[in-house]
Amino acid sequence: MNYLRRNWIGILAILVSTIVFLVPFAFIVLTALKDKRQSSLREFSLPNGFHLWDNLVEVIQTRNYMVLTAFVNSAILTVASVTLLVIFAAMVGFVLQRKPSAWTGLVNFLVLAGLIIPPAVVPTIWVLQGLGLFKTLHGLIFIEVAYGLSFCVLLFKAFVATIPRELDEATIIDGASPLRLFFEIVLPLLRPVVITVILVQSVAIFNDFTNPLYYLPGTKNVTVQLTLYNFQSQYNTSYNLLFTNILLITIPPLIVFLFFNRQIVAGMTAGAVKG
Amino acid sequence: MSDATHAAPRPKRRTTSAYPSWFYLPAAIIYAVLFLFPTVASLFFSLTRWTLFDATFIGFDNFVQFFREPFLVKGLVNTLIYAVLTSGLKVVLGFLLGVLLTSRIIARGYLRSVLFFPVLVSTVGVGITFTVMMHPTTGVINETLGLFGIKGPGWLTDPNLALFSVALVDVWKGVGLATVIYIAGIVSIPQEYYEASLIDGASAWDNFWNITLPLAKPATVTVIILSLIGGLRSFDLIWAMTKGGPGFTSDVIASVIYKQYQAGFYGLSTAGNVVLFVMVAIIIIPLSGFLNRQGDGQ
Amino acid sequence: MTSKFKGSRLAGLAAGLLLSASFVGTAMAQDVTLSFLVDNTDASTVTVAQALADAFMAKNADIAIELETRPGGGEGDNIVKTRLATGEMADVFLYNAGSLFQAINPQQNLMPLTAEPFEANVIDTFQKTVTAGGDVFGVPFATAMGGGVMYNKKIYADLGLSVPKTWDEFMANNEKIKAAGKVAVIQSFADTWTSQLFVLGDFYNVITAEPDFADKYTNNQAKYATDAAAIKGFERQEAVFKGGYLNEDFAAAKFDDAIRMLATGEGAHYPMLSFAAGSVVSNYPENQADVGFFALPGDDAAKNGLTAWMPSSLYIPKTTEHADQAKAFLAFVASTEGCDVQTKAVGVTGPYLIKDCTLPADVPAVVADLLPYFQRDGGTAPALEFLSPIKGPALEQITVEVGSGIRSAADGAALYDEDVKKQAQQLGIAGW
Repeated sequence: MNYLRRNWIGILAILVSTIVFLVPFAFIVLTALKDKRQSSLREFSLPNGFHLWDNLVEVIQTRNYMVLTAFVNSAILTVASVTLLVIFAAMVGFVLQRKPSAWTGLVNFLVLAGLIIPPAVVPTIWVLQGLGLFKTLHGLIFIEVAYGLSFCVLLFKAFVATIPRELDEATIIDGASPLRLFFEIVLPLLRPVVITVILVQSVAIFNDFTNPLYYLPGTKNVTVQLTLYNFQSQYNTSYNLLFTNILLITIPPLIVFLFFNRQIVAGMTAGAVKG
Repeated sequence: MSDATHAAPRPKRRTTSAYPSWFYLPAAIIYAVLFLFPTVASLFFSLTRWTLFDATFIGFDNFVQFFREPFLVKGLVNTLIYAVLTSGLKVVLGFLLGVLLTSRIIARGYLRSVLFFPVLVSTVGVGITFTVMMHPTTGVINETLGLFGIKGPGWLTDPNLALFSVALVDVWKGVGLATVIYIAGIVSIPQEYYEASLIDGASAWDNFWNITLPLAKPATVTVIILSLIGGLRSFDLIWAMTKGGPGFTSDVIASVIYKQYQAGFYGLSTAGNVVLFVMVAIIIIPLSGFLNRQGDGQ
Repeated sequence: MTSKFKGSRLAGLAAGLLLSASFVGTAMAQDVTLSFLVDNTDASTVTVAQALADAFMAKNADIAIELETRPGGGEGDNIVKTRLATGEMADVFLYNAGSLFQAINPQQNLMPLTAEPFEANVIDTFQKTVTAGGDVFGVPFATAMGGGVMYNKKIYADLGLSVPKTWDEFMANNEKIKAAGKVAVIQSFADTWTSQLFVLGDFYNVITAEPDFADKYTNNQAKYATDAAAIKGFERQEAVFKGGYLNEDFAAAKFDDAIRMLATGEGAHYPMLSFAAGSVVSNYPENQADVGFFALPGDDAAKNGLTAWMPSSLYIPKTTEHADQAKAFLAFVASTEGCDVQTKAVGVTGPYLIKDCTLPADVPAVVADLLPYFQRDGGTAPALEFLSPIKGPALEQITVEVGSGIRSAADGAALYDEDVKKQAQQLGIAGW
C-alpha cells in the first residue's frame, strides 16, 4: 500500500515535472529548429522544416566565429575562478565556523555585505586599471572570485558544522599541519558542498552577463553570454538564431551537470552512510 | 579524570593552531581590493551629483531625491512582496521536494536532474523563453488554457499580475537549488534518529514532523537567507522579462536604481544602492542572527 | 631522436614564419588597427558599419578596422559613458547626436573636428546637433529620419481612405478601419521605446504653434502639463487607447510583431521612426510597396509637417592613440563614396546629411513618402532632443502607462515634467 502510494507520487511528480520543466526546453529546441520567418511568430509548434543545421552554421560563423572564441574564454574564466573560489571560500568557511575570534563578527558582516551590496562598477574599473588588470581575463577571474566569495563562504560555513570537530583535533595531535588537515581531511569531507559550489558557481560564472560586459570589453575577449547580443537587438531579433545560441551555450553547463549529477548522488549517499 | 583536566590546555592550544587566521588572507585580499574598496569609494559619490566625468558635492540631496521618486514606495512594497513570496515558495517547495527526492520514489535521478536543470540556464535565456511563453494571445500557456475554454490573463502585461508572474518564474528557476541544499541537509541527518524513532513506533508523519523538519534547520536557514537576499536584490529576471513594466507597475528597488543608473544619474543611483543596502541589512542581519542562534540552540 | 628532429623542423618552420611576418611588417611600416564601437540596436547598423570599414580598408591597406558591438538603449549609454570616463573608449565610436551627445561631456572627452576639411561636407542642420561650446565633434552615420505614422497602403486603398492632414481625419480613418475589422493603430509596448512616438513625433505641431517652445522648455519656463500645445501628444495617445483602436496584444507585442502586422495588412497604422522601412524591406520584401508613411497630423491641415530625427554620429575620443587614422576613416564616411557604400549595403532609408550625396531612383515606398517633407521649405522641424539638451529618461514608461490606460494624459504629462526636472538638475542647467 505504502509502496503503491509512493509510486503514485512518483508518477505524478514525473508528469508534473515534465510539463513544468521540460516544456520550456522543448520550446527552446523547437524554435532553434525553425527558420527566421516562422520563429518570429514565437509559437509552440512543430517547425516547418529542419533548419537546426543552417542555424547552427550561421550562429557559429557570425562575426568571424565569435562563438568559438567566446567558448574558449568562458571555459578558462569558469574553470579558473571556480577553482580559486572553492579553495579560498572553503578556507574561510572552515576557520570561520571553527574558531570564534575577534574577526568572526567582522567576517560575518562582510560576508553578508558581499551578498547584499551591488558592486560599484566605475570605481572597480579604476582599481583594475591601477593594477593593470582591466580588459584582461585574469582581472575578470579575480572579479568573479570577489563577487562569488560570500555565497560560497556561507555554504561552506553551514556544512563545516556537520564535520565533527574531534576529527581535526585527532589529526592535529597526530602531528599534521593545518594545511594538511584542511586539504587532506576537511576538504574531502566537504565533498557534497564542494560539488554544489562547483556546480552553482560554474553555471553562474559561465552564464554571467554583466561583469564581462563591463570589465572585459573588446571583441577578442567576448564571453558566451555576450554572443546572445549578436542575435537579439532592440529592433530586430532573429529568434531562430537566438534560441540556437541559447541551446548551444546551454550544452557545457549540461555536460558539467550530467557529470556531477552522479557525483552529487554518490557524494551524498556516502555522507548518509557515514552519518 | 583529573589528569585529563590538567592536560587539557595543551591540546587546546594546538587545536587553536589548527585554524590559522591566515586562511582568511587570500580571500580577504581579493575581496578587499576588488569589492570593499570600490564600494567604500562609491559611498562618497552618493553625496555628489556625479556624471562619471565630474562630481559635484551636494550633501544628502540625492537621498532626498531618491525618497521623492514617485515609484519608490511602490518599488519598496513590490520588493518585499517579491522577496517574501519567492523565498517562502522556495523554502516550502524546496523542502517538500527535498523530502520527496530523498525518499524511495521511482525515477528519483530523473526528477533531480529535471528539477535542477533550470538553475543551469542563463537568466537571460530563461527570461526570453518565458516572456515568449507568457504572451497573452500567442503564448503557449494561454493557448493551452484556451483549449480548455479559459481565457488566460496577460501574465506580464496585466499591471496587477506582472510581478507575480515574474516571481513564479524566479521560483521555477531557483527551486532546484533550494532542493539541492535541502537534500544535502536531509541526507546528513543521522539514520540513528529514524531507527530510534522506529523502535518507539513513530509514524512516517511523526518522523517528518519531529526529526526531518527540525534537523533540516541549517538547510532552512541557508535557503531562507539566500533566497531572501536574492529576492530583495532581484533584478536580472525582472529586467529580462518586464523591465519593471508595464509602465512602472512591476518596479522593484533594484530596477528603480538601475533606471537611475541608465539615465546617467550615477550619484542618485549610488545613493539608491546605499538605501537598498541599509534596507536589506535591517531585515537580514537580525534575521540571520536570530536564525543562527536558534540553529545553535538545537 | 625522431621527436628531436621533428622539434627542430618545427622550430625552423616557426622561424620562417616569423621571418616572413617581420618582412610583411616592414613592408607596411604603419600598420594600425582601429577599434570601432557600434551599437547593435538595429541589424542594419552593424551591416553598414562593417561595409564602411571594409570599403575603407580596401583603400587603406595599412589600416585595419575591428568592429566591436555594444547593446543599445540605456544600457548602451552606460557602456559608452563608463568607457569614456575610464579612458577605454574605442578609437572611433557611434553614438547619438542631440541631447544624449550633450550628456557625454563632449568638450572634455571628444576630439574636436571643427577644423577638419571633411566637416565642410556635413550639412549644417546636422552639425548643430553635434556641436558643443562652439566645436563640432562628429560626422553623420546613416540618414535623417522622420517620426510619424507608417501605414498600410492596401488597407487605405481597400477602404477608400486618404492620408490624413489633421488629427480629426486621422481619428475618422481609425474609426473606419476598426469598423472594417482591422487593427487601426498598432502599438508594441514590449519594446517600450516604441511608445514615445505620439509625444515625440508631435513636436512639429508643438513648434509651429509655439516657435519658442524649445528655449522656454530648456529654461524651465514651459511645461508639458500646462502647455496647451505640448500636452496634446499625451492626450492623443490616450484618445487612441480609449477609442479601442489598438491591437489586442499591444502590451506584449514587440517591434518585430508590429512590423509584421503592418506589412501583412493586419493593422493599418504604426507610429514609428521611418528607419523601420529597413525592417520591412529586409523581413517582408514582397510587402514593401504596401507600406507608406505620413507625418503625425496636427490641428491645421495647412500647417502639416514632419518631426525629423538626426541619425547617430561617429566620434573620436581624446584618448585615442591613432587620431590621424581615425580622422581618415571619418573623412571617408563623410564623403559621397561613404554614402554610396551605405546605400549599397542596406538601401536607402532617408536623405543623407552629406553634401552632394545622391539617392538612387527606386527607393522603398516609405522613403518615397518621406522625401517630399525634406524637400519642402519648412516641411520639417527637428525633434525636441536636437533643440534642447534635456530629455527625461522615463518618458517611455510614462507613455506606456498613458497608452495603455494605466495613467491619465494629464497625470502622465505632469510626471514627465518631474522627470525632465531631474535630468536638467543632473546636467547642471541654469534655472532649475
